[in-house]
Parts: sequence; C-alpha cells; structure tokens
Amino acid sequence: MVNKIEVKNLNVFFEGVHAVKNLSLEVKEHDILGIIGPSNSGKTSFLKALNRLNELYPNSRTSGEILLDGVRIKEIDKHSVRKRVGIVFALPLPFPLSIFDNIAYGPRMHGIKNRARLSEIVEKSLKAAAIWDEVKDRLQTNAFKLSGGQQQRLCIARTLAVEPEVILYDEPCSGLDPISTLKVEEAMQELKKNYTQILVTNNVKQSARVSNRTAFFLMGEMIEIGETKQVFTVPKDKRTEDYITGRFG
Amino acid sequence: MKRAFEFLIERAIFLSGIASIIFVVLIFFFLLKEGLALFQTESLTGFLFGKNWYPISDPPRFGILPLFLGSLLVTLGAIVIAVPLGLASAIYVAEVAPPKLRDILKSGIELLAAFPSIVLGFIGIVTLAPFLKSVFHLSSGLTALAGSIMLAFMAMPTIVSIIEDAIVSVPKNYREGSLALGATHWQTIYRVVLPAASSGILAAVMLGIGRVIGETMAVLMITGNAAVLPTSILQPVRTLTATIAAEMGEAVSGSEHYYALFAIGIVLFIISFVINLLADLFLHRKAAR
Repeated sequence: MVNKIEVKNLNVFFEGVHAVKNLSLEVKEHDILGIIGPSNSGKTSFLKALNRLNELYPNSRTSGEILLDGVRIKEIDKHSVRKRVGIVFALPLPFPLSIFDNIAYGPRMHGIKNRARLSEIVEKSLKAAAIWDEVKDRLQTNAFKLSGGQQQRLCIARTLAVEPEVILYDEPCSGLDPISTLKVEEAMQELKKNYTQILVTNNVKQSARVSNRTAFFLMGEMIEIGETKQVFTVPKDKRTEDYITGRFG
Repeated sequence: MKRAFEFLIERAIFLSGIASIIFVVLIFFFLLKEGLALFQTESLTGFLFGKNWYPISDPPRFGILPLFLGSLLVTLGAIVIAVPLGLASAIYVAEVAPPKLRDILKSGIELLAAFPSIVLGFIGIVTLAPFLKSVFHLSSGLTALAGSIMLAFMAMPTIVSIIEDAIVSVPKNYREGSLALGATHWQTIYRVVLPAASSGILAAVMLGIGRVIGETMAVLMITGNAAVLPTSILQPVRTLTATIAAEMGEAVSGSEHYYALFAIGIVLFIISFVINLLADLFLHRKAAR
C-alpha cells in the first residue's frame, strides 16, 4: 500500500506550548488511523497541522515536514490542501443555512454552479454519511433543526461534498449518544473504501472498534503506533497499557 | 432600619423607572395637542401633499411636501454613501486589519462620533460646499448632496461600530468550518460571516437612518435651506428638522405657524417610530427563526 501521508519530525508550538514533539509517522491509503491519548496530548494540534488550519492562529508555529502523496503541503496552495484534507470537528456546527445549502457550500466555493450537479453531490454526500434517508424529504429546512447526531453526520457529508482524499475527525462523537455514535462509526467503515481517515478520539473503545491502526499520544509525544489489534492486546509500552486499561491518572 | 432603607431604595428606583415613561407620555400628548390644532384650519391632505411652504405669507401655506422630499433626498443620499462605506470599513476592521491597526482604527472611528455635528456642519460649509460648487459648476455648493455627505460622516461611526460588533460576535467555528472546506477568506466573509451577522447589520443601518433623520444643525447649515420641491440632489433643499429649528424662534406661540411646526414634529415622530418598529420586527423575526 502507498503512503498517503508522511509526517517527518513534526513540531507544533501553540501559544508558547510545545504541543507536538518531534512526531514522525505514516498513514497508508484507506487506513483508518485512530489516535488516542488524554487531553492536551497534542492530538488536535496534530490534526490542524495536517490541513494547515493551524495557520489561522497567529501564535501557532510548526516545523518539520508533512507530505501528502509525497508532496510537501507547504508547497501546495493552502486552500487546495484544505479541500483535499477535510476535517470534522468535535462540536457539529452547521452553517445557519438549509441542509441543502450546507452541503452545497463547499462545492459552490470551488466553482460548481450547475443546480443539477449540486443536487447530485448533495445526495451522494448525504448517502455516504448515512443520513440521506433521514433528511431527503426536508432538504430545505434549516440545519439547526436536526438532532446533534444528525448535525454531526451532516458535517461529515459537508466535508465529503468537496471530494477530499483524507478525512480528519477531531473527537467526532464526544457530544453524541451511543446510537448516533454507532451510526457515525458505520459511516466511517463505509468511507474506508474511498478515503484515508484519521480519527482522534477520547474514547479508547471507539478506536478499538473503528481503526485498523492506532497511535497513542501523551504530552505531545507519540508513545506507540501499531496495528490496532496489537496495540490493544500486547502494547509495547507500559504507559499505553495503563491508558487503555484505564489505570492512567 | 435596614428594611426601611431597602424600602426607600426600591421606591426610588421605581420612581426613576416610571419617570422616563411618564415623560415620554407627556411629551407625546403635548406634541399631539399642539400639532393636531393645525387641522382646525388646514386640511390633512393640504398639509401632507401641499407643494408650498409659505408660513408667513397671507394667506399662509403649510404644505410640507418639499420639506418631506428634502429630508428623504438627504437621508437616502446619506444612506447610499454611509452603508456601503461603513460595511466595507467594518469588514476591514473586524476581519482583515492586523490587531494593532484594528485598535487604532476603532478609536479613530469612535473619535469621529465625538465631533459635535455643528462642527462637522461648519467644516462642511467652508470645505465641502466650495468643492462641490467647483466640481459640478453650481451657483451654490449648499445642496442636498452636501448634506448627504456630511450626514454620512455622522452616521458612519454608529454603523461601523455596530456592524463590527456583529461580525466579531459570529462564532469562530463558522469561519473555521468554512476555511476547512477550502473556501478562501473572502468567500468565508461573504457567504458565512455576513449572513450570520445580518441582523446586526440591519440594526446598524436602521440606527444610522435614525441618526440621519433626526440630525438638525448640520443640515440646517449646509443644505441651502430652500423650501422648494427638489428635482435633483444638486439642488438646495430644506429638511423637516431644519424647518422646525429655523422657524420655531420666530413663530408666535398659539399661531397657525406654531401649530404647523408641531405637526411637522408629529410627522418626524411617526417616521422614527416606523423605522424602529421595522428594525424590531426584523430582529425578532430573525431571532424566532
């Protein structure tokens, strides 16, 4: 399998804090990489570095290299990096628009105007995010009318609509009930065929269920990375074992 | 002792609260009483649609149409200038300017609001009017356009600071969500931030209009004060407010002229009331959705 993302000696400083320390890892195409670890271990900073979103914060700085399909992302236009590497945030936040316009937003920004083409994209994206059946009869209603779980899948669909290659999830199920969580996880399994995915989660079991590889972050360092089965059954590091068995602080 | 003190404080607060309402009601009835007295001698249509305002000729004519159109022309002109400029300036301050420059700009804009309108009017007379006169080859630069430009300056600080507040209070996550989809900064502002701030923007425009309509002294000085039906923005006009300010001193108390000026006051009151009502309705509709 080909490496979709390669990270070499990445350091991220955020507001004077060394958030990610000398990180190197690879993500293969069609992987779902789960990243687990306690709060403040640099997981989100890492994700935002991957699609150059941390550049929005004036007091954030990165060094090291991130390669997307072998090309340094610093050398790619930042808008197209963000189009190719989509992100789903912890709190689902639809725009104050209709369901249809929320999904069509991204494609429109990238120049697609044809109504029929947009409808096609909207339907395809909502189907891929496993929410089409629940909203197909009310695409013109305001997206705020949806439940939390539906809003999160809507945000996944919104990310899919710009046809990314990689999808990053930043604790996508932290505010959701178990049934909505299950639906989001099912959507991720479906998406494995076409996308490379990185899932940051506070829920250790979620990583065990969804990802095929898992990385454990602690205080900005990557302690361990490996096949999910191996990490969860025979972790190499004592700290990983402590964390996944719940014995950590 | 303590309870008596509590009681006194409560009464005092109640009285101050009720006082403002009482004053409003008293002013309202005084205005109605004095203004409506005009219609014992003058017809309502003659007042509203009469084309001549000759309050001291014999017989006097009290048609406020030229004054009303004068106000309308000056206000529209001011809004056409102030709203796009104010919006652009607010977007720049809130979204584009680096933090240090933002602070300087914000205090600069607030300083503009601190100028008494009479000073702006005076500066307008000595700089703007001659400038307009030479640019458009007019016989006098004191025109509706001069009034519009000066009023636009006066409305700008209100418009800019309220729009800026509205833009800054749009959740940061909207911006991030939009930028994360690969949208550019301008696309994000135009498609997400401005629509989300639209109710604040509308409130700013309404308050700006309110300020412009109620402004008296500057327009009195700079619009040329000719109570004739305006046909172009390059003509001298007279506004409703300026008429009251200019003539109240010489109108004999209890005369028809005096009542006519109060009737103009009622018209102004209705205009302001309708604007506030519209703004309110729109804001609530927005909130309820």
